[in-house]
Amino acid sequence: MHELAICQALISQVETIARQRSGQVRHVRVGIGPLSGVEPRLLEDAYPLACAGTCAEGSQLAIEAMNIRVRCRSCGAESEAAPNRLLCGACGDWHTDLLSGDELILLQVKLETQDDLVEAPNV
Amino acid sequence: MCETCGCSATQTSGKDAETVDVLGRLLDANDRTAAHNRDHFDSHGVVAFNLMSSPGAGKTALLEATIDALKADFRMGVIEGDLETDSDARRIRARGVPAVQITTGGACHLDARMVHDALHDLALSQLDIVFIENVGNLVCPASFDLGQHRNVVLLSATEGDDKPAKYPVMFRAADLVLLSKMDLAPVLDDFEPLRAEKAVRELANAAPVIPLSARKGFNLGPWEAWLRDEVARIRATQSATHEAREALHEHHHHHHQPAVA
Repeated sequence: MHELAICQALISQVETIARQRSGQVRHVRVGIGPLSGVEPRLLEDAYPLACAGTCAEGSQLAIEAMNIRVRCRSCGAESEAAPNRLLCGACGDWHTDLLSGDELILLQVKLETQDDLVEAPNV
Repeated sequence: MCETCGCSATQTSGKDAETVDVLGRLLDANDRTAAHNRDHFDSHGVVAFNLMSSPGAGKTALLEATIDALKADFRMGVIEGDLETDSDARRIRARGVPAVQITTGGACHLDARMVHDALHDLALSQLDIVFIENVGNLVCPASFDLGQHRNVVLLSATEGDDKPAKYPVMFRAADLVLLSKMDLAPVLDDFEPLRAEKAVRELANAAPVIPLSARKGFNLGPWEAWLRDEVARIRATQSATHEAREALHEHHHHHHQPAVA
């Protein structure tokens, strides 16, 4: 299962952000498309394991499912599609370009910053 | 601005909470290493092919046949990815071609870092083509760019013609689909090459679909022709990029020449 490897890559990005802002990670939001090759459920399972011993330990993972959308090269129509039938919803042609659905992205990190840092006088 | 990934991140600060919006690819680190590998191939004029399939679809047998057929025209090298054992690498070396074994120790895919490390053991300046034989798996390898120029996906006749529909991520990434072990097709009643091709098209993939058999030497011609065409095509891009860089370098150099009175 490559979800653990992907989770570790995610945590290392999150750690960098947390380190820059000296914060404790509370929530992490990612966007996963059905054509990314990543199974959201397996990512959820792998997340606590990848977090253990990092500044993201105990944080919550939220997964935003992205829809598959294609644009037809023949008729120009945009439509939704299934992962294994990327056909134009209007004319049925297979000559389509993927508009969305293969995302594997970090969208947002919510941090709890330390009190002393927050109360420090603004520069 | 986010300093991590160069994206247009914004932040909204609360009293004791901070929300950081990012838009970074999760596999950004892998992708950067993959780009580095590709630069490495390009600067040596080497064309890299990533071979993917389920276990036992005949990747190594295909490479053996390909090495025999093209040995006179190309200098080839192979990176072998396996969970355990180096038996595939030994099979390749027996054909007189350098092979580097990556033993992933249980990992289900190769990543760009593993290929990068393997490249240190391969004399790229003495090669024209590098084949990367990925770990046998139709799922995980599809998500990891290795720095290859083209993806070749094998589908053996014994697996059934519905596999492209079952593994859309893998078959969507294919630049070429090889239907392997076609010598067995007559004894199988559930493998129809046209159905396999239709399933690839339904993934909006225009990749050529070539039926062949490496062991019986059946229909290897179109595969070899495809390889020759792609090597020529990629080489043309590599030399154009190289010339552009040289020109840039000369211009730069010229610019900094001390003025002569």
